[in-house]
Amino acid sequence: MDIVLQQLVNGLTLGSVYGLIAVGYTMVYGIIGMINFAHGDVYMVSAYITAIVLALLSFFGIHSFPVVILFTLLLTIIITGVYGWTIERVAYRPLRNSTRLAPLISAIGMSLILQNYVQIAQGARSQGVPTLLDGTLRMHIGDGYVQLTYMKVFILVAAFSGMGILTYIIQKTTLGRMCRATQQDRKMASILGINTDRIISYVFVIGAAMAALAGVLITLDYGSFDFFVGFVIGVKAFTAAVLGGIGSLPGAMLGGVILGLAESLFSGLVNTDYKDVFAFGLLVTILIFRPSGLLGKPAVEKV
Amino acid sequence: MSKSVLKKTLVSLAVASSFAAFAAHADIKVGIAGPMTGAYAAFGEQLWKGASQAAEDINAAGGINGEKLVLVKADDACEPKQAVSVANRLVDSDQVAGVIGHFCSSSSIPASEIYDEGGISEITPASTNPQYTERGLPGVFRTCGRDDQQGTVAADYIIDKLKATKVAVIHDKDTYGQGLADATKAQLNKRGVTEVMYEGLTRGEKDFNALVTKIRASGAEVVYFGGLHAEAGALVHQLRDQGFTGGFMSGDGITSEEFVTAAGGPKYVDGVYMTFGADPRNNTASADVIAKFRAAGYEPEGYTLYSYAALQVLAAGLKGANGDKTKVAEWIHGNTVPTVMGDKQYDAKGDLTVSDYVMYEWHADGKYTETTN
Repeated sequence: MDIVLQQLVNGLTLGSVYGLIAVGYTMVYGIIGMINFAHGDVYMVSAYITAIVLALLSFFGIHSFPVVILFTLLLTIIITGVYGWTIERVAYRPLRNSTRLAPLISAIGMSLILQNYVQIAQGARSQGVPTLLDGTLRMHIGDGYVQLTYMKVFILVAAFSGMGILTYIIQKTTLGRMCRATQQDRKMASILGINTDRIISYVFVIGAAMAALAGVLITLDYGSFDFFVGFVIGVKAFTAAVLGGIGSLPGAMLGGVILGLAESLFSGLVNTDYKDVFAFGLLVTILIFRPSGLLGKPAVEKV
Repeated sequence: MSKSVLKKTLVSLAVASSFAAFAAHADIKVGIAGPMTGAYAAFGEQLWKGASQAAEDINAAGGINGEKLVLVKADDACEPKQAVSVANRLVDSDQVAGVIGHFCSSSSIPASEIYDEGGISEITPASTNPQYTERGLPGVFRTCGRDDQQGTVAADYIIDKLKATKVAVIHDKDTYGQGLADATKAQLNKRGVTEVMYEGLTRGEKDFNALVTKIRASGAEVVYFGGLHAEAGALVHQLRDQGFTGGFMSGDGITSEEFVTAAGGPKYVDGVYMTFGADPRNNTASADVIAKFRAAGYEPEGYTLYSYAALQVLAAGLKGANGDKTKVAEWIHGNTVPTVMGDKQYDAKGDLTVSDYVMYEWHADGKYTETTN
């Protein structure tokens, strides 16, 4: 019993992080129909920014946890957002009206550039950050127990708040309405006076900001990272986005949580060696029955 | 000086330097292959630093029968495919006389076939998988031990010293990691201990919480991990985060200070056990060389001196073979070579005749020392 509960908690924390990153894939796909392969590397860049901000804060003698975490989140999200904006401006906007494959190739190029740039600028060795939040939460159930570090609790709270705030922005604000309009029909939206280029930029910034949130949380939890961390988690988050229905915001979040839970429960109850096989098998099964993912809307063929 | 005179000087300089380049062409090239980039670049650096210092010292002492050793860096990123392609490059375009490397067993083994076809020797300072020397290739050697020797030491220690009967064996599904885990498991089983679980994790991932929960549920007293420091660090961190208080043991794949970084701080590595060859830094033959490394601001930890010794063995072979590349392996098989790690002698397979694995323990200050009990 305690073990199943612990696995649920493991899966939920992992899944919430997948969800945060998947948001970036799904929003970009929804609005311009391309897959941003550099997104995993934006996450990786945010891990480095986290470490740099932490080092700066400790240099200025700021050590209280709430202040440190607030500044780290704020600065990392802003700087990573600037990265997202720049990438769109440099690598994707010039190709807006060319073939569909062109931005895909330029995204792969961007991913390689980011990886190599960080490797050269920061070194190939793995880097670490100090533990900020010590202590654990332990709940006894029968003979066993469920144990969570405070950091894990913080991840859960922060990740789900992040998703809540994003849903609010997209559903309730003017900016969100403009995003949805651009997603539905870019040409019509621009006729109605929406600067669609600017909205696309905002979408990239939002995606990068969510990846940065995940980057800060994961970096603080694991305490170490290298220039290659974006790859595996990027693939997983992309899978989550497809699972939930690429283009759908709640789908990405749901997909992330389902993928995280599936991985945890399968490796916990069956076998770790084949957890990825199970996760991708699940994806295939869902796509057979729902080709556009769990919450995705099938693309209507216009004749 | 008029312009034309300047031009003539430049031309003659260019001609002279091209002669110099021609003279340098007679140097003996040696490939240093390992993960120079990627998650395991720390080990590539150890190999490179060790070999560089060795080349400098050998050249200062007169080189190989008057010719200088020149090192060629080759990056395999610990990926088998890339290892084969850099091996081909070393043999075909660089025309090296021998290779020091690779680091990962999964790279050294496929690359060794290429070196065999090219007729040159490969001396690995670090690949411990038995298969490396078990395939009957004439030109493969190592300056480290073998995983079956290492696994035996680990399993005996778990049973005799830690008195554990419930052992979880985890590996990283790679040639080295799984080979080492299998060797340890075999010895455990031979001594009558059946592991409570045996599972593999995926290299490159960071989240092993689900596996950790499963280890906890299995009631394991000791976790044995076959793999490298990046995954070992994350695994031990998450074990401690979930309140696992048992022992953690691994092999020579975590012999780097980067293990501490990967674990997220020295407090997580406290009490971690590790099998590794008797520290070459304690060998009296190495005192001068170590002093040189430290003077240059580099601590020759892990495989640095193994790499230094590997180049010494290769250099001795090249010297003994008198310029005939194909005779190098034959010479090394037939002679004892004095190295920075003591005198080294090889059996017919290319393994050292004496292995010296001992148990180390990591401490809360982020350093490791040999266990005393």
